[in-house]
Amino acid sequence: MDLSEINPVLLVASLMVAATPLLLAAIGELVVEKAGVLNLGVEGMMIVGAISGFAISVETGSPWLGFIAAAIGGAVLSLLFVLLTQVALANQVASGLALTLFGLGFSALLGQGYVGVKPPSMGEIHIPVISDIPVIGPILFQHDPILYLGIALTAAVWATLKYTRVGLILRAVGENHDAAHALGYKVIKIRILAILFGGACAGLGGAYISLIRVPQWTEGMTAGVGWIALALVVFASWKPWRALLGAYLFGGITVLQLNLQAAGVAIPVEYLAMSPYIITILVLVILSADKSSAPASLGRIFHASH
Amino acid sequence: MTTPLLSLQGLTKAYPGVVANDQVSFDIGEGEVHALLGENGAGKSTLVKMIYGLVKPDSGTMLLRGQPFAPPEPRAARADGIAMVFQHFSLFDALNVAENIALGMENPPAMGDLASRIREVSETYGLPLDPFRTVGDLSAGERQRVEIIRCLLQDPKLLIMDEPTSVLTPQEVDILFETLNKLRSEGTSILYISHKLEEIRTLCDHATILRLGKNVGECVPAETSARDMAEMMVGSTLQTPERSGRDFGEVALDVSGLSVPSPSEFGTALKNVHMAVRKGEVLGIGGVAGNGQDELLGVLSGEILTAADAIKFNGQPIGKLGPTARRRLGVLTAPEERLGHAAAPDMSLTENALLTGSVREGLENNGFLKWAETKGFAEKIIQAFDVRTPGPENAARSLSGGNLQKFVIGREVLQNPDVLVVNQPTWGVDAAAAAAIRQAILDLAAKGTAVVCISQDLDELMEISDSFAALNEGRLSAPRTTTGLTVDEIGLMMGGAHGMEVAHV
Repeated sequence: MDLSEINPVLLVASLMVAATPLLLAAIGELVVEKAGVLNLGVEGMMIVGAISGFAISVETGSPWLGFIAAAIGGAVLSLLFVLLTQVALANQVASGLALTLFGLGFSALLGQGYVGVKPPSMGEIHIPVISDIPVIGPILFQHDPILYLGIALTAAVWATLKYTRVGLILRAVGENHDAAHALGYKVIKIRILAILFGGACAGLGGAYISLIRVPQWTEGMTAGVGWIALALVVFASWKPWRALLGAYLFGGITVLQLNLQAAGVAIPVEYLAMSPYIITILVLVILSADKSSAPASLGRIFHASH
Repeated sequence: MTTPLLSLQGLTKAYPGVVANDQVSFDIGEGEVHALLGENGAGKSTLVKMIYGLVKPDSGTMLLRGQPFAPPEPRAARADGIAMVFQHFSLFDALNVAENIALGMENPPAMGDLASRIREVSETYGLPLDPFRTVGDLSAGERQRVEIIRCLLQDPKLLIMDEPTSVLTPQEVDILFETLNKLRSEGTSILYISHKLEEIRTLCDHATILRLGKNVGECVPAETSARDMAEMMVGSTLQTPERSGRDFGEVALDVSGLSVPSPSEFGTALKNVHMAVRKGEVLGIGGVAGNGQDELLGVLSGEILTAADAIKFNGQPIGKLGPTARRRLGVLTAPEERLGHAAAPDMSLTENALLTGSVREGLENNGFLKWAETKGFAEKIIQAFDVRTPGPENAARSLSGGNLQKFVIGREVLQNPDVLVVNQPTWGVDAAAAAAIRQAILDLAAKGTAVVCISQDLDELMEISDSFAALNEGRLSAPRTTTGLTVDEIGLMMGGAHGMEVAHV
């Protein structure tokens, strides 16, 4: 065992990479839930995003087009959820589970020809001077653009929910859809847009795994990140910055335990592998003790009968 | 004659199976307070929803200052100067006052400016309000202020108020009326919906009475007696429940030093509640909604457990017993919410009869259900309480509010309780059904049952209860004999104006 092999700078830099898929999916789901919709299909939308992004970037040679395709792929799959829950008024929990199972199967079908293929690389942003600062440079200024997009999205969602009218209306719809309807807001339309946004974010998160983090395609490669994203939203008390914190914590422990495994620490691998899940949830449970409650209409079907 | 502000001509709206409004026509003049009077289900709400653009009429026209007016959505109605204060359903508990108000406006200013405008308007009309408080923490009267100020910021020509006083104490009603009078003097018209006749007589210039969706008459409230208006509303002579003088027995239900936290986030904790109800006595508990009524019912029914000694039935501590154990002893409850609490909406009446009747009526045998007996019990309730339904196999949801209410009250009454606790027994029920329910409660008390009746309808409590207490912020006032109580005294027991500043207008 040799802990000196673990390089703290690389560790921090790679935890940000490990956290980004989770962060993207969680921010999307946060917006969906703030609008009062519980979409349990995050995992399915992520994996469909992963394969759409992978396939398009392999075919076109452009990772950018791949990410755009991933966002579209995730959003298209979430349209199925829209049809079920907002048009046919089906139960959201059942529809979300169906979406995940469908996404996993469908992505496996699409991905048959792509196993073992290497995708084009996106490359990192390299800004002269600041990217070369020791320690800070590799940690903060030598990443791919999508990682920064994730952070920017967190900031944008936070600011939108807190300071803009659109954000206020979205929260109002999630808080009390009957009242929002009585005031003349289009509850269904707002929810559909939120669900599509959530789908696009989940798709981006999935593609980040298949194009940057791993980068290759294997069946079921999202490996439960979508579920962690769902838990993260709840334990982050529907607050964007807390979701970012939770995602980085999860990413950090994931990377750390991989490093510990590589360094040959005398703890059974299974314990190390489960540690990110346990520690993240534990920390967030403690943080969420402040009783910030869920959007009051979360998961309830809206029917304009009044 | 001058052009009226709003003229309704032959408005008709039908829903499957029911005509909510049938050829309704009337005019609202400029600066007039116009009352729309009618029982629950008379079509008042549908009518105002048409004016506010939430519902489209099937036929008929509206003229606003002589111009055709057909708002496709509330936004359009608001743009034309129509504002509405809802009875419920329109505030967001988790948002603050300013955010709630911004949601009701077309082009709200920035939050900072809005907050100062809220302060300005609220002070002009004597309705002080802090823009940054969370709405879920406000009292009913303050929540209503939020809605009124939301409307006033739009400079409305017509203000629609749907049963605004049903959640207020008498003192709070006075404050509201001063504000409304000031608005009238500034030329704003008000459409005032209520079934409280005395209020309408004090406040309104003109009244239109709806019955079963039709306009059945108009009157000048100040010149018409409350009884005449009531009979126009109901369409028949009213039966007043009879109360026979009776003696009270020993204390059946004894609550002492009861304090429980509320199970819900925006609920009210009960604080040191004392009360004793004797056999044959009806204790009426008044108070504005949200002052601990639901919690009190929950703790008496056994849904919320508490210290054993805090609640005693015939001297026996029952605070730690659950609902079924209490039912076995003879302590029965009928909660307020018909669909979802008192009855399971999608289950049949037979199944609903079983849900609370299984213990006392012996409808269960070692875990197996006796369906034949249960059906018999359901039919007995339907017959004894004149529940209008094709049969006990119908879902609870399919019954009208009044009929379902008769069923859920009848279900408890027929189980011969020793103590019966009811919450809002006649809420949303037409006058005839309400009279029948009140009579059943009085008959039960005459047979020696101790009854606790929680209600927000003060007239009802004065009519049936022997003693009266009021809940205010989770505290129960000392019970007093009903005879001789004045409205002012009751109002003070209910917490007066809840520390709200009186309107200085």
